[in-house]
Amino acid sequence: MDRFDVIVIGAGPAGSSAAYSLAKEGFSVLLIERGKFPGSKNVFGGRIYTYPLKRLFPEDWREAPIERYVVQENISMLSGDTAVTVQYDSLRTGSSRVNSFTAIRLKFDKWLAKRAGEVGAMVITGTRVDDLLVSNGTVFGVRAGGDEVKANVIIAADGVASIFAQKAGIRPELIPKEISVGVKETIKLTKKRIEDRFNVGEKEGVANAYIGQVTNFLRGGGFLYTNKDSVSLGVVVQSEDLSSHRTEIQELMERFKLHPSIQKYIEGGKVVEYSAHMIPELGTRMIPRPYANGFLAVGDAAGFVLSHGYTYRGVDLAILSGMAAAETVKAARAVNDYSAGSLSRYLHDLRSHGVLSELEEFGRTPSFLGNPRIYSAYPQLLCGILNRMYTVDGGKKEKMFHIAKEEMKGKISLMQLMKDLLGGTRSM
Amino acid sequence: MPESSELRMVVCIKQVPKAEQLKIDPVKKTLVREGVESEINPSDLHALEMALQLKDKHGGSLLALSMGPPRFIQALETAIGMGADEGILLSDRALGGSDTLPTSHALSKAVEHLGDFDIIFCGEETTDSSTGHVGPGMAANLDLPQLTYVVEVEVRDGHVRAKRAVEDGFEVWETTLPLVITVNHGCNHPREPTLLGKIKARTIGIIDDVNADDVGLDKEKIGLSGSPTVVDKIETVELPDRSGRIYSGEAREAVTKLLDDLEAEGII
Amino acid sequence: MSRAKKSKGVMVFIEFRRDHIRRGSIQLIGEGRRIADILGVKLSGALLGHGVKKYAKEAIQYGLDKVHLVEHPILASYAASPYSKVMVELVEKYKPEIMLLAATKNGRELGGRFYVHLQTGLAADCTAFRVSKGKNLVMIRPAFGGKSLAHIMCKKTRPQMATARPNVFTEPERDPKRKGRIIKENVKLGPEDVDAKMVQFIAHMEDEATRLADADVIVAGGHGIRKADTFGTLQELADVLGGTVGGSRKVVDLRWLSKDRQVGQTGKTVRPNVYVAIGISGAVQHLAGMQESEKIVAINNDPEAEIFKIADFGIVGDLFEIVPEMIRQIKERRPAKEPT
Ligand SMILES: Cc1cc2nc3c(=O)[nH]c(=O)nc-3n(C[C@H](O)[C@H](O)[C@H](O)COP(=O)(O)OP(=O)(O)OC[C@H]3O[C@@H](n4cnc5c(N)ncnc54)[C@H](O)[C@@H]3O)c2cc1C
Ligand SMILES: Cc1cc2nc3c(=O)[nH]c(=O)nc-3n(C[C@H](O)[C@H](O)[C@H](O)COP(=O)(O)OP(=O)(O)OC[C@H]3O[C@@H](n4cnc5c(N)ncnc54)[C@H](O)[C@@H]3O)c2cc1C
Ligand SMILES: Cc1cc2nc3c(=O)[nH]c(=O)nc-3n(C[C@H](O)[C@H](O)[C@H](O)COP(=O)(O)OP(=O)(O)OC[C@H]3O[C@@H](n4cnc5c(N)ncnc54)[C@H](O)[C@@H]3O)c2cc1C
Repeated sequence: MDRFDVIVIGAGPAGSSAAYSLAKEGFSVLLIERGKFPGSKNVFGGRIYTYPLKRLFPEDWREAPIERYVVQENISMLSGDTAVTVQYDSLRTGSSRVNSFTAIRLKFDKWLAKRAGEVGAMVITGTRVDDLLVSNGTVFGVRAGGDEVKANVIIAADGVASIFAQKAGIRPELIPKEISVGVKETIKLTKKRIEDRFNVGEKEGVANAYIGQVTNFLRGGGFLYTNKDSVSLGVVVQSEDLSSHRTEIQELMERFKLHPSIQKYIEGGKVVEYSAHMIPELGTRMIPRPYANGFLAVGDAAGFVLSHGYTYRGVDLAILSGMAAAETVKAARAVNDYSAGSLSRYLHDLRSHGVLSELEEFGRTPSFLGNPRIYSAYPQLLCGILNRMYTVDGGKKEKMFHIAKEEMKGKISLMQLMKDLLGGTRSM
Repeated sequence: MPESSELRMVVCIKQVPKAEQLKIDPVKKTLVREGVESEINPSDLHALEMALQLKDKHGGSLLALSMGPPRFIQALETAIGMGADEGILLSDRALGGSDTLPTSHALSKAVEHLGDFDIIFCGEETTDSSTGHVGPGMAANLDLPQLTYVVEVEVRDGHVRAKRAVEDGFEVWETTLPLVITVNHGCNHPREPTLLGKIKARTIGIIDDVNADDVGLDKEKIGLSGSPTVVDKIETVELPDRSGRIYSGEAREAVTKLLDDLEAEGII
Repeated sequence: MSRAKKSKGVMVFIEFRRDHIRRGSIQLIGEGRRIADILGVKLSGALLGHGVKKYAKEAIQYGLDKVHLVEHPILASYAASPYSKVMVELVEKYKPEIMLLAATKNGRELGGRFYVHLQTGLAADCTAFRVSKGKNLVMIRPAFGGKSLAHIMCKKTRPQMATARPNVFTEPERDPKRKGRIIKENVKLGPEDVDAKMVQFIAHMEDEATRLADADVIVAGGHGIRKADTFGTLQELADVLGGTVGGSRKVVDLRWLSKDRQVGQTGKTVRPNVYVAIGISGAVQHLAGMQESEKIVAINNDPEAEIFKIADFGIVGDLFEIVPEMIRQIKERRPAKEPT
């Protein structure tokens, strides 16, 4: 069999969602993943927003391999060995409105691809797609090793370093200066330790973000997510900043782990996984037209990812875009036209699935992240203020406002501080 | 172009836990099976490759045969991905607990049930229980010549010439078709499954509904009741406790320290 | 398959190769003797060949009570089918309760064939035997690549058959005065019993003077040495240490080293005073052949390599730096050492 209705390249959340949605509609779908199994290349643990999953599996989304529901979020600004934390308590478990959970991608991606297989998609793992088959500007198949397989539509879901969006001519090459580098470790603790140390219940967890000292005040940040019996800990820094400051990311990670506000969580834990990544630039950069003749791009391959410098959101958009692409292909089948013109309704489907609105909304606040104050001035400032407030040095206790004003003198206005902080938390 | 008449071949494959992932639970002293990936027994991959090379040269057909639980389907799919024409799984609860005697009996019966073959391939032994009995056992059951630990084989006009690895060298043997060959670990480079091969495996599927009755097995002769041996217990090997003075760093210094140790032990 | 009650005695298959009884068989005569004595029964040998009476005498001197000698031109050199046929006849005639073979390649393929005709149990590649309270043989064999030992028993059928790994059991003393019976057996064999013929033998030259089995020091190279030439350096290290070279299966498969120098489950089992593992990862199958060494030294650039777990001494580093440095420093320490 060398012909399918649709071939999906990459069994990440985007590819598996597209394959699932299409197979369920009776399309013959070939989903090809280069990893040994879906998720084998995605070793990090992360936080995933729930709503797309509910939409994809209205009945049984809770069967997903969920580690913990996020009930608390913190942003901490680190300086020296102090930290200032802004804390949000979200809804407690049990509520149908839990809005995010932590997951280990290794398991999550595997589960999602299994769902696609169950409704009839042919999931092939351990095969890397090497090239697209293109003739007269129309993509009509894929090549892997010496083998060629054809389809009406090829969906590129090959992730952030997508070569296929480039090969289809709809995405420019990545420019190195736009890239961040990240390292991540999974640190094994016990279930009980997690619940004690983070003060959460059985299925509850936290999502923490860190800025300031963690990156040596360079642009970027750190994150910590609680899984069932481990935490995912990582640092992300703009590669440009790294090289101009001659800093090693591994070193930042080591120091981050030694920071008292991290150490207290991970003490006695064992590193069970380590990985280093290349990550897309800060802010968003969506491909304006993620389609071509016989071709669609979904998920990270189309640039549907939001990065805050220190936290990422992409799995939700990946799932939604996979669903949108399935809608598009369904409509194209109805008219038996898979040209770019016909597939251009993908933009419409993306909008109706909320992918575009999320991206656009976020697009309004990227200045928050471009803003170097976030990474250097604020953490130092805040920590400085608090330090003075809580230091008992025999002298007279000063008033908070007084300290703050003194610390801020010539650095920043109060108004500016409030505005930046609000902007930041809103875009989390 | 097939150079002589086509060959009908079958390769017996077993799915085993990945050797390097096998660990003994330090507390329970049992084998940790959880989270251990499985793979095709390594020498069976060499057997598949040897058979595929013959098929490339002579044409013909190649079946992959396995006996075991449904999860062995994976191994058979890989075999088709590499180029086997069909995969057959002999699966029956009654076969559970079989030692090598009923295993070779059942596989021989399955082979007879599947048709006439020129060559029946096995690996030299498995990495999990490594008896190496199954190949010779099948030859005995089927009353065929056997060549074991084979590293190379040639077929011409029904005549077989094969090189066999033994402790002190290689032996070249001659015999005729049909026969049983067990293939030496490491003798060739097994090919990777291809995309079209994998698609084929999924499309045609594995014939996984062959049971003991289908191949005419007597329930008395298989499974636990048909197995003369029992694994009475499994004991964990305690490796001798070694002092483990391991040095690193600058080569010269490390070597000096090591040699000091060896000298202190009277070794040099 | 015969009933347990009527079976008696221990029988050992005496395997010879070209001009000698194989060591694995001699070792097994010692172990068979031990088992037979515990059970209070006779130990017999099965010797198949042509013009091999001298081996019958020799085998008796190692501890047999009697030898069943089967001579026929077809048996002159080993072949699975006729050997298997004769063994079945012998076992059915004499009904030993225990039948042992050395786990050489031929021993394993022969045992693996004829036990089927006897419809009895066969334990593979055993490294120890015990006799249970119920007088059954406990056949102990490494499993899962040597990480555990399985105790195999065969209570229902006789004989209890096993192949036993060479170089695990100690070789018995040869007693030139020991007497035993040689019983000539007649068998009918014809051309129809010959289904395969060995037409050529390509020997790995084994230099008797540097045999692994006898070496006090073994310097073993693995895939980490990257090319065959590196064995030159390893040989040099072996020379200054007064030892010989060996290697892992990977280097043997790559033809960087001859097969007779392979250490491990499917190669030689060795127990030198010092085993130096260089660029060897320490796969279980390798460990199976050398973990009994008196002292183990490991050199590997991967601190996580399994080999370090069983090493007494070691260096984490690049073998291409360390081995030459070792040679240099050893020479420095012992400038006057005579070449051996
Ligand atoms: C450090 C880090 C932390 C993050 N944290 C979060 C988080 O907490 N929450 C969140 O929502 N998002 C997070 N993200 C973003 C998220 O990982 C991505 O947005 C999401 O994985 C996109 O899904 P996808 O399916 O488009 O691509 P991917 O998940 O990257 O999947 C692409 C798949 O395609 C396969 N593939 C690639 N090339 C080929 C080929 N040639 N042939 C066959 N297969 C191929 C890959 O193996 C992979 O399985 C994070 C990203 C990073 C880097
Ligand atoms: C710890 C342990 C020790 C054991 N020791 C013994 C023992 O000493 N004696 C004994 O009789 N039994 C023993 N058994 C039982 C034995 O593992 C099973 O009988 C098994 O079915 C076949 O043995 P094997 O894996 O050793 O095969 P091997 O004979 O080593 O396999 C050789 C080849 O036969 C083929 N083959 C083997 N099994 C299958 C299969 N299921 N499907 C298709 N092809 C196959 C493959 O080509 C393989 O490469 C033991 C089991 C355990 C767990
Ligand atoms: C049925 C069966 C039987 C087998 N029988 C045997 C057997 O009898 N004997 C045997 O040995 N194997 C046997 N094997 C194979 C065994 O599983 C391993 O594959 C083999 O032992 C690995 O050989 P190695 O250690 O040389 O190579 P590798 O596992 O590739 O290890 C190479 C090592 O070299 C190190 N290294 C690389 N470069 C350097 C450097 N510059 N400096 C220092 N260190 C370096 C690496 O860190 C690595 O640890 C058998 C396998 C099977 C399936």
